Amino acid sequence: MESFLNWITENQQIIYIVVLMIFVGIEVIGHVPSVLHTPLMSGANAIHGVVIIGAIIVMGKAESDNYLALGLGFLAVILGTLNVVGGFVVTDRMLEMFKKKKK
Amino acid sequence: MELNILTLCYLIASVTFILGLKMLSNPAKARTGNLVAAAGMTIAIIGTIFLYTDETGNKLHNYIWIFSGILIGAVVGTMAAKKVKMTAMPEMVSLFNGMGGASAALISAAEFYHIYLLHKEAGATPFSEIIPVGFYITIVAGAIIGTVSYTGSIIAWGKLNGRVKDFSFKGQHIVNMIVLVLVLVSAVITYRSNIDNIFIPFLLIGLFAFIYGVLFVLPIGGADMPVVISLLNSFTGVAAACGGFLYNNKAMLTGGILVGAAGTLLTILMCKAMNRSLANVLIGSFGGGGKTAAAGKGSQGSYKEISLSDTAVVMSYAGKVFIVPGYGLAVAQAQHVCHELEKILESKGVEVKYAIHPVAGRMPGHMNVLLAEADVPYEKLLEMEQANEEFSSTDVVLILGANDVVNPAAKSDPASPIYGMPILDVELAKTVIVNKRSMKPGYAGIENELFFRPKTSMLFGDAKKVLQDLITEIKSL
Repeated sequence: MESFLNWITENQQIIYIVVLMIFVGIEVIGHVPSVLHTPLMSGANAIHGVVIIGAIIVMGKAESDNYLALGLGFLAVILGTLNVVGGFVVTDRMLEMFKKKKK
Repeated sequence: MELNILTLCYLIASVTFILGLKMLSNPAKARTGNLVAAAGMTIAIIGTIFLYTDETGNKLHNYIWIFSGILIGAVVGTMAAKKVKMTAMPEMVSLFNGMGGASAALISAAEFYHIYLLHKEAGATPFSEIIPVGFYITIVAGAIIGTVSYTGSIIAWGKLNGRVKDFSFKGQHIVNMIVLVLVLVSAVITYRSNIDNIFIPFLLIGLFAFIYGVLFVLPIGGADMPVVISLLNSFTGVAAACGGFLYNNKAMLTGGILVGAAGTLLTILMCKAMNRSLANVLIGSFGGGGKTAAAGKGSQGSYKEISLSDTAVVMSYAGKVFIVPGYGLAVAQAQHVCHELEKILESKGVEVKYAIHPVAGRMPGHMNVLLAEADVPYEKLLEMEQANEEFSSTDVVLILGANDVVNPAAKSDPASPIYGMPILDVELAKTVIVNKRSMKPGYAGIENELFFRPKTSMLFGDAKKVLQDLITEIKSL
């Protein structure tokens, strides 16, 4: 119990962010019309591509002769980039169509 | 100083993620919202590459690796996203989601290996004495959730494009539970193991999580895939947030949690659109019991066919026509021809509207995207509630490759697996014409009584071909 309380105290900043972000996340998309479910899912999909930052850090920290870490990091960077770039491009393509007929 | 600029970069990124999501849920601003989030992401990525320093002030190295990785990912990602057909969009999203999950899992694995290298000398010390439990949970959670999200997304992708068939066996839920317990047990064993022999239990965590992801998605019916993808999407968000926790990186943390929370809510909203609970989708999966119940009723009575020329006459002399598009239309790529039919009918004074069921196609909003691609005006697309109010004053309803969303069993037959899902009440209209390729049951694998009703006529054939012929017929009238 004590170690748990310590852990909360040590990481309170992060825990606050987590709690607040949960509410923001729910609040922000609360009134989405069902028409936009697919693009919104796709956009959110691109946003969680932030893992790419972690991948870059792993890659950049790995020793040059540590091939396992290099390999893991390299793969993570490729996959993360796929997620980010592919995600945003696909979402843009979907939304482009909504826009065209607006005019 | 450089570190401070990086902090600012991350702050900007976090704000753009929130703004982007907010704008994405508003039809008028959605596209800008997507670009805003993309811009924030770019700032965060570039900032990380050039400004990141670790605790001891070392900058990143291996730039060649980093840039070539990003280059490969960016080129392949852009090409895939540009080339994919609008009909295959849901699969694509699922695939990209899987990539993100895998990336998160790999980061956890690399971090784990990093810790191992740091403490290799202390071979006989239990892992639990080296790193605090909170930190360990974050690493392992990232690995488990990322892996489940990866394999789950790949299975969902396979299901949507028909490569993977629905598969369930008796007691599958129990087996799933056991596998999940095995994942957690391996995680505990890893934490208690000595540094020397830590790899096998850690790999077991990954292996069991891999299997769990497959088993988790396999029994869920193809028609429920959108919900599953949305759920896995929020999983990946949480996995990304674990990475943020690991590196004390606020951009990853906020982005990940934001998607985790918004994704969960979106999942629930999608379930609501089908009038089902999430638990019902995940556990009371299509197939299994429902299938036998529906099959028991079998096909009753006979259906009547209608010829193209009759359809042409009926439609051109109608006052009001509703088109109900379904996945069949998407597969046949018939959205443009469909718009042409609409224009030709309107030139003859017929009022044409579209009735869009919230889950028509393979994803909520999928039909709207497809019809928007064909330039169908926004005002013509009616959501289910509005459409249901108007059916009683409608002369002809033309159903194009839709099935489950117009199945009256959802209202009348409590044994049906889709019982309780709101449907389009097409029977209120005077005539119903159903275009299908054959009498085969729809995606949920159940018979549709509608086809045997006296008001209904069947018009067999590929949606695109039929519509083209129909247009020629109407023109020659």
